[in-house]
Amino acid sequence: MAGFESPVISVKNLSKQFGPGCSNCQGARSENLIKNYCQVCGTVYACRDVSFDVFPGEVLGIVGESGSGKSTLMQCLYFDQDTTNGEAYLAAYQNGEENLFKQSSQQKRYIRNHVMGKVYQNPILGLKMDFSSIGNIAEKLISAGHRKVSLMEERGTELLDKVNIPVHRRKEAPKNFSGGMQQRVQIAKALSNNPPLLLLDEVTTGLDLSVQASVLDLIKGLQRELNISIVLVSHDLGVIRMLADRTMVMLEGRVIEQGLTDQILEDPQHQYTQQLVHSLL
Amino acid sequence: MENLLEINDLSKSFELHNLGKHIHAVGGVNIHLKEGEFVGITGKSGSGKSTILKCIYGTYRLKEGSIFYNSSKLGPVNLAQVSEREMLHLRKHEIGYVSQFLNVMPRTTARQLVKQAILEMGGEHELADKETETILSHFELDRELWDSYPTTFSGGEKLRLNIARAMVKKPRLLLLDEPTASLDQDSKWKVKLLIEQLMKEGTTMLGIFHDLEFMNDLCDREYNMQNGTLTFC
Repeated sequence: MAGFESPVISVKNLSKQFGPGCSNCQGARSENLIKNYCQVCGTVYACRDVSFDVFPGEVLGIVGESGSGKSTLMQCLYFDQDTTNGEAYLAAYQNGEENLFKQSSQQKRYIRNHVMGKVYQNPILGLKMDFSSIGNIAEKLISAGHRKVSLMEERGTELLDKVNIPVHRRKEAPKNFSGGMQQRVQIAKALSNNPPLLLLDEVTTGLDLSVQASVLDLIKGLQRELNISIVLVSHDLGVIRMLADRTMVMLEGRVIEQGLTDQILEDPQHQYTQQLVHSLL
Repeated sequence: MENLLEINDLSKSFELHNLGKHIHAVGGVNIHLKEGEFVGITGKSGSGKSTILKCIYGTYRLKEGSIFYNSSKLGPVNLAQVSEREMLHLRKHEIGYVSQFLNVMPRTTARQLVKQAILEMGGEHELADKETETILSHFELDRELWDSYPTTFSGGEKLRLNIARAMVKKPRLLLLDEPTASLDQDSKWKVKLLIEQLMKEGTTMLGIFHDLEFMNDLCDREYNMQNGTLTFC
């Protein structure tokens, strides 16, 4: 990469399989698979040799059909799943010299709490629905080592205000909120420890257009103001067009094409990408 | 490198897998641009004019030919082979592209749009505010529109905003994709003034025009595009 900048995160050959594998499939590259599924042992190769870099302040988009491995990739990066193979290096952790996937579970927790944030498609996965909204943010702050209640309250209020949750509702539980509001509480929570890297998994799916627009505004604004790097998974090409600098296309667990977002949308090379782009309304 | 831009033997075709079609867009294109030059391309719709600009800007990926660009930060680079990050850098700091279509974030005002372009290059907030106002008034965009959303603008207003956004960055190379299409005489004249202003400031430009009269007044050299091949005229 010409060496004129260095990545925030560098992922190399990440692979994730569900199942033991057998002599029929013999690893992810096998031709005996049906799509990414082995008929004999039932192993699913969810991610196969996925490699990418994300640079400071950059938004990397990931598109692909349901089941192409996008969410599994995100789960691996956030240690929600163990990775079968591969390496990842974060500049903000040990100067990018340690493979994240080889760290102890204690260190992984440290990385999650200090240098990453994640927003799930389903708010139930990212929030404690019965806790107060500000309590949800405090939880993440406590995990990151904060202890002073007044400071945490201040930070939580500031963040909820930033994502347009009315301050007088900060002590309400997310279960009382609409989907869009829950999503914004999740974003506030993910941002609370000022992570250099934010993972967003289908954050606008299922939201109505105006709420979607306000969540997108928020993300774009945050990225611009705080220079956060974002990995953004979405199957909405409109969202990708608006937010992503570069885009990867996944199919059956593999990255089949990557490029600048306008390259992917205007000059798609792979058959599947062409089909996807030409389906755009 | 003597020239700012050297396009050598550029060819571009499209493989449409799902339709089983191969579309040849342009072939054997050679254009050299010296620093500060203004070169125009004319030709019928569909003759491949925009394809050339999109190849330079990196929107289309190139398999044959080379496009050498003398970058102030990266030195002479082949745009057909630069990394994605390098291309993003060049787009942010050195190469501008104006088409007749305005692509913007919803709910972003004209003022924010121009300001963001300045901030992207690493400008300060206060200075960016000032420069935004200067350029918007320079482009004679109605003051009432500054704080409204561009989706509600007329074609001419959108276009002027589009050029303002590209020009405020003072790119070294500006690609103009029919910037005067569908504009009335008055708006065209305003665009022309702006282009002349940019020429004075030393910006190198490669533009596509339908309006021959408009182009003849401005261009140092002209090319004509026919069925994907370029001829000098």
